[in-house]
Amino acid sequence: MKHRTFFWFFLPTGLAMLLFIAAPIVSVVLQSVFAPHEPVLITAQTCTPFSCTEETTIDQEATRVLREAKPLGRFVGLDIYFNRGHLATAEVAEAWRTTDSLTAFFRELGDLPFYRAMAFTLTYTFTVTPLLIILGMAIALAVNTLAQKLKGVVIFFSLLPMIVTPLVGSLIMFWMIDNRGVLGNFLSWLVSDPDLSVKASTGLMWVSLIIYGIWHSAPFAFVVFYAGLQTLPEDQIEAAQIDGASRWQQVRYIVVPHLMPLVTFVALIQLMDNFRVFEPIVGFNASAHATSLSWIIFNDLGGETRQLSAAAATSVMTIIGVAILLSPVLVRTWRDFKGKM
Amino acid sequence: MASKTLRAPFSLRLLTNGFIVFWLILAAFPFVWTLWGSFKVELDFFSIADWTNALTGYNTERTYGSPFTGVGYHGAWVQEEFWRAVINTGIVCFFVVCTSLTIGTLGGYALSRSAFRYTFWLLIIALIFRAMPPITLVSGYLLPFFEWNVWGILPTTIIVLVAINQPFTLWMLHSFFQNIPKELDESAKVDGCTQFQAFRWVIVPVMWPGVITTGLFSFLLAYNDFAVTSMLLSESNRTMVPEIAAFLGTTYTEGNVMFAVAAVVSATAPLFILVMFFQRQIVSGLTAGAVKG
Repeated sequence: MKHRTFFWFFLPTGLAMLLFIAAPIVSVVLQSVFAPHEPVLITAQTCTPFSCTEETTIDQEATRVLREAKPLGRFVGLDIYFNRGHLATAEVAEAWRTTDSLTAFFRELGDLPFYRAMAFTLTYTFTVTPLLIILGMAIALAVNTLAQKLKGVVIFFSLLPMIVTPLVGSLIMFWMIDNRGVLGNFLSWLVSDPDLSVKASTGLMWVSLIIYGIWHSAPFAFVVFYAGLQTLPEDQIEAAQIDGASRWQQVRYIVVPHLMPLVTFVALIQLMDNFRVFEPIVGFNASAHATSLSWIIFNDLGGETRQLSAAAATSVMTIIGVAILLSPVLVRTWRDFKGKM
Repeated sequence: MASKTLRAPFSLRLLTNGFIVFWLILAAFPFVWTLWGSFKVELDFFSIADWTNALTGYNTERTYGSPFTGVGYHGAWVQEEFWRAVINTGIVCFFVVCTSLTIGTLGGYALSRSAFRYTFWLLIIALIFRAMPPITLVSGYLLPFFEWNVWGILPTTIIVLVAINQPFTLWMLHSFFQNIPKELDESAKVDGCTQFQAFRWVIVPVMWPGVITTGLFSFLLAYNDFAVTSMLLSESNRTMVPEIAAFLGTTYTEGNVMFAVAAVVSATAPLFILVMFFQRQIVSGLTAGAVKG
């Protein structure tokens, strides 16, 4: 295909991505180094014969002129990144100096919004991802042994948790674990504590969010692994059977190694997806116990005071986090491409 | 493989079947429970006294004389005007799917037919864009959209969702077009067609399976999106998902949780039907990227 033809074919989609993905990223980075203008103050001194009083008022006109002249705000460099709402370097240093044990230090860190969000996001990402892979693998192996007629039905129901809107799915779960809901009731009956409430306990909230995460993403792993199982090398399985390998040994030494590339694929995709956990926190109304970077952005942007600069700084840090998680995928794609050349 | 010697021992079959039943309950029970409960009053759906109330509808029967009531649905659809959100979702999904397939097909086709090095870099860039959480882009949109006075209306949201959709659409369609033999359009070009004519008359008639699969995922993205729609739409233009989120704020205080439950069930129903009819395409779409890579 000639360059010219390619250009015209690619123009609409390229333009869409340039204007609505690339440009916003630039704009987010710009916004994160500018803060809104502070109102211009005028200090007027009024003197009576006995004393002088200073009065400070906002110069509305000058403020408006300044805002119109420089709509981005005033340049503050990386200040927003280091303030209390984000990396909070001063507070961290202070906590490091004043606390005498690591536990106390981490407790102090837990009060800072960024570190609180990171603690949950990372815990969530690195517990949900391995667990959903194990569950997905188990379902795939089990479904593969079923009769052909049943498979379709089982796959249909298995897809539901993944296809359903994340916010809707988390609401459905949340209403069940509510202390008046069926699972909440069951739990408090189980531990015979009628006052048990998932909503009131940070630990229980984290666990329910993690369970929701596994429930939501396991179907994806299941479908991918199930497709992989259809391409199992039958001759190897037969050879292993002739050699007297037990069922477990066949799974351990043939099936799992055969699926390993798919496990890597699912792990990489899910690490990125789980890192941006957001809807369940809204659905579970869990922001008192667990927050994530995406939730902080959402919270800053919403409401009456749209804190664009703060949200932009968090956005840039989220993008950096995603980029770190994405790098292995890029390396893999690059290697594939090299292999094809 | 079904020879007698390979049959699993009884205990193992019991274990696997038991596990599948367990998973099916885990996957489907929440939906069944919520669907059933949406026809009850709040005192039954959330019951401290006795959880079986939710099954029998004890309080529902006392209030309305029948164990089932459509009061939640009436409240959501008529009183809170949920139908507006449904129509908005319909409009957004329809235009997002159409636009993103049209421009995505052209782009994906070009990427699959060009042998130059820049196609690889374009795909890599698309992959990076695909990984960006949409919420991080939103703060970049707000300022210009306020400035140009286009915030809050449906067309803006549609364009943004189309753009966010493009990277994924391009990857799907690119790999799909690569499986269509190049000789098809080459021979058309030999016969004197331009590249576009070759695409229009030779490729378009055979591309529908891949386009339908991709379209399904575009639809799901537009339908399920919460971050973009809740930030970019004004109150009167909300689609279903942000509308449900807005319900929560107001209904918890007014004690109309059942409105939200009914709205949630209404929003889930189309997805059920979608999975029912397009299960095969969804599965093939999910595995397309994986099995190759």
